[in-house]
Amino acid sequence: MQIEVFLNEEKVQADIRPDMMLLDFLRSMNLKSMKRGCDTGNCGLCTVWVDGKPVLSCGVPAARVQGAHITTLEGVQEEAAEFSRFLAAEGADQCGFCSPGLIMNVLALKKENPHPTEEEMKEYLAGNLCRCTGYQGQYRALAKYFEIEEAQ
Amino acid sequence: MYTVKNYVIADSLEQAYDLKQKGRNNIIIGGNLWLKMGHRAIQNAIDLSRLGLDQIEEDAEGFRIGCMVTLRQLEVHEGLKTAFGNVFQEAVRHIVGVQFRNLASVGGSIFPRFGFSDVLTAFLACDSYVELYQGGTIPLREFAEMPLDNDILTHIYVKKDGRRVCYQSYRLTETDFPVLTCAVARKENGFETVLGARPKRAVCISDVELHTPEDAGEREIYAEQTAGKAEFGSNMRGSAAYRKELAKVLIVRALTELTEDETCR
Repeated sequence: MQIEVFLNEEKVQADIRPDMMLLDFLRSMNLKSMKRGCDTGNCGLCTVWVDGKPVLSCGVPAARVQGAHITTLEGVQEEAAEFSRFLAAEGADQCGFCSPGLIMNVLALKKENPHPTEEEMKEYLAGNLCRCTGYQGQYRALAKYFEIEEAQ
Repeated sequence: MYTVKNYVIADSLEQAYDLKQKGRNNIIIGGNLWLKMGHRAIQNAIDLSRLGLDQIEEDAEGFRIGCMVTLRQLEVHEGLKTAFGNVFQEAVRHIVGVQFRNLASVGGSIFPRFGFSDVLTAFLACDSYVELYQGGTIPLREFAEMPLDNDILTHIYVKKDGRRVCYQSYRLTETDFPVLTCAVARKENGFETVLGARPKRAVCISDVELHTPEDAGEREIYAEQTAGKAEFGSNMRGSAAYRKELAKVLIVRALTELTEDETCR
């Protein structure tokens, strides 16, 4: 079946299988930042934005996003690079496999709530899992990232 | 993962209903997060997302919530917070993460009547009704006991009747399925308690009296009696005996909030 969507603001038409998930569609379009980490909707590695809202692309039927605006990490490189510097400075990355999903959700949090409390931040990011770390590096990076936003 | 032969974005509820009657391999796609975990061969995947069912409408009597409203919409809706306090926010905020709750739908949470459903527990603690395409409007408490059928749940209506509801749940780890869910409602003329994830479907216990909820001892007695009226079972998350003990604790916590803490409102 045919769909027409906006991928990082570029209008795209494509032929998809009726049971294709958005994750597989995006990867077929050479957008490879999002990963299938668990396929149970729990890990957050496949996070993209559909019409500005963060969703798990492994659970969205591609046919459902007809006409929608899809944003992936490839479409927010400047903002992603800015937050990545905080991650790197705190040594938060180990394998880095979960980082694209985390970054997409951090940027979504920033749009929705630019000045979250620590509790709000942790709750918003509860659906982003990292199997390498104990999250402490990420928390330090996040605290500094949002504090800097407040200072600005 | 399932397979789909035809993905149908329904133009009308009539079309969706007619397709659904063609057999058990014709499935309504809600939030898709539970369905995708299965391995069904679906003939027609029926998508209701273009029928305007993703709105929460408030009138003088209550809220009409479309079946495609997401759990995140429930969580952040200011009108629901004003009318019912944080019961819906509390009920859904432990469900995986924001990205998950931006997909999971109210209809997909209520129609299957899953035992583990936080959402079903929360709505059962309120004066809630389901609107079915063919079956009309029926109380949620009646619907919760009915077997699954081929109808389509289009809306949930929650009446603003002035009750206060406190929601509690217990999980082995944050974002996991609950071991037990509990919602206690304080009505004008008494208390009602809903216990879910027993692990069977949530049930409402409304025939236990509590005359002086300010008395901690009375609260303990109410919790003991209420937990004694529910049937509990065992699964990988906990035994029946454990759940019964948890129920008492969660009921007391909810009662304490309802009587001592105005923020649960």
